[in-house]
Amino acid sequence: MNSTLEKTTGISGLVAKYKDLPGGLLPLLHAIQTEIGYLPDSAVPTIATGLNLSRAEVHGVISFYHDFKTHPVGRNTVQICRAEACQAMGSRRLEAHAKQTLGINYGETTADGNISLEPVYCLGNCACSPSIRINDDIYARVDTERFDDLMSGLLIEEGASK
Amino acid sequence: MTFYIPQDTTALALGADSVASALQAAGIEPVRNGSRGMFWLEPLLEVATDTGRIGFGPVTANDIPGILDALEADASSHDLYLGPVEEIEYLANQQRLTFARAGQGDPLCLDNYQALNGFKGLSKALGMSGQQIVDQVKDSGLRGRGGAAFPAGIKWQTVLDTRGEQKYIVCNADEGDSGTFADRVLMEADPYQLIEGMVIAGLAVGATQGYIYLRSEYPVAHRLLNIAIERAVAANFLGDNIQGSGKTFHLEVRLGAGAYICGEETALLESLEGKRGMVRAKPPLPAIEGLFGKPTVVNNVLTLAAISSILEQGAAAYQNFGLGRSRGTLAIQLAGNIKRGGLIELAFGVTLREVVEDYGQGTHSGRPIRAIQVGGPLGAFMPESQWDTPMDYEAFAAIKAMIGHGGIVVFDDTADMAAQARFAMEFCVVESCGKCTPCRIGSVRGVEVIDRIVANENRDNNLILLHDLCDTMEFGSLCAMGGMTPYPVRSAIKYFPEDFLLKDAGQGYK
Repeated sequence: MNSTLEKTTGISGLVAKYKDLPGGLLPLLHAIQTEIGYLPDSAVPTIATGLNLSRAEVHGVISFYHDFKTHPVGRNTVQICRAEACQAMGSRRLEAHAKQTLGINYGETTADGNISLEPVYCLGNCACSPSIRINDDIYARVDTERFDDLMSGLLIEEGASK
Repeated sequence: MTFYIPQDTTALALGADSVASALQAAGIEPVRNGSRGMFWLEPLLEVATDTGRIGFGPVTANDIPGILDALEADASSHDLYLGPVEEIEYLANQQRLTFARAGQGDPLCLDNYQALNGFKGLSKALGMSGQQIVDQVKDSGLRGRGGAAFPAGIKWQTVLDTRGEQKYIVCNADEGDSGTFADRVLMEADPYQLIEGMVIAGLAVGATQGYIYLRSEYPVAHRLLNIAIERAVAANFLGDNIQGSGKTFHLEVRLGAGAYICGEETALLESLEGKRGMVRAKPPLPAIEGLFGKPTVVNNVLTLAAISSILEQGAAAYQNFGLGRSRGTLAIQLAGNIKRGGLIELAFGVTLREVVEDYGQGTHSGRPIRAIQVGGPLGAFMPESQWDTPMDYEAFAAIKAMIGHGGIVVFDDTADMAAQARFAMEFCVVESCGKCTPCRIGSVRGVEVIDRIVANENRDNNLILLHDLCDTMEFGSLCAMGGMTPYPVRSAIKYFPEDFLLKDAGQGYK
């Protein structure tokens, strides 16, 4: 984990990089989140000063978009598509199963910090539903069994990296 | 022999990478093409042989040794053999204009793009005046493919006629409707076509900067677009002095952040400016005061992509497809509970039933189809009595349905339409930008009222209340989010009243 000081330095560097880009706030927030994993409250004043915005404006943008997280998330983010095409193929059953087996709700992280569960509204994979996304990979035709396999895969990777 | 295995999101989601690895293990380096859009066959392995390109699908890594053996002897003896890919009925019966190149080769290969007529439209446009280009687009009859179906040429004319030192071309690639993926397929299979269309748009209206606003749910498209832009710049199809013409056009991809409302053009512009994606009141039109207050063309991916073929083949060739005021081709996306889901590009006028039964071959579950939702989460649920409606903007509008971006989501007879109506309201709760009350509060109340109706709590009065609420949302909201959420709700009640425990649609409900 980065120390607070390192985080602040990293954020200042990114602010410097994006401050003159027209409409640069979203790219900046994405960059910080990619770097640190979330958008810490302590970053808001630095961003506001750098982009000549009020803290309220920065906070307003962060809170508007589903992608931006203000708290640390799990090492893996699992998104389950809740949109209609996936519903037509049983995603309601899949999401109930996911919540039950992982023991968490949407917006929560497993106690071991391995998996955060999020809803998503369409991954554009609607001809082969239900779909889920794990980090940057999308999986098609995910029934409960395949979901369990994919989750055990994440646990094995976790074990291997230790 | 050349082997092709797609790098399209759906193909990857079904294991295309492991098929590619199996080929590599056998000493074969496959071309990573885009998808043909026949998703029920993905991963679709294509092999260019002396007698043309043949296909196998859907393949897994385990099938590779067997396929390689069959290729040595008699390819057609293999169980997964599909014959010549372009003769597969699903594809052969389509009228591919925008998706003509999709799946043919490496989407990032510039030579391949040019060999397949790429940049011919641009080179013609470089020799024309802005007005001449706009006239071509007007004559083609092209209407915006994002959903609102506004004539593209008229929008362009407004931007051309508006004075401004800086103008912008913005591509709306925030394809958020469930059941749609045509923009994604285009960007992943043929990104240069979009780039070419945007450069032409820039030349037409005098804009030198373009942005592709891409949803963050499309990581593969994001990666491919960035590489394509980099290569187009290196080859001088983007940047300063394009192909020695003295014309300039710069292009950048900007990533959204998971807000459905940013597919609405004014919310998209706010988001591009680095703000909350709040819908703007119109007027002023974005064509007059758009991005950063400057004249801006905002068009969908498919609209801009169609431009290159219109310029290349002429407006009349495009106009020849379609019927009435719906000209050209429509990218139909067949999704949900469907046996053969995928992308189907056809001239306007095919009926919903033909698409679902002939192309789709019915449901994936094998059960009867009950409802079809066309046009995304704001589109009506259509019962069987409406499936013979031709797919044309006006015919759909006449029955209070919409084609939108062309997504078709099929539900079988296990679907609970009251739950779907409730979801429509719930989705609006989650995705409303919050600017106007009918949408922000109305959707919350909508969920509650539907819950009461289903629980048989004072049902008759609650139905009247829901009807009133739908009126308020439809007529009192600033944009289609709140304004059209009532469409799926009302159609569910009207055509599937038994799911709301009603005796008939007329009871307590107009």
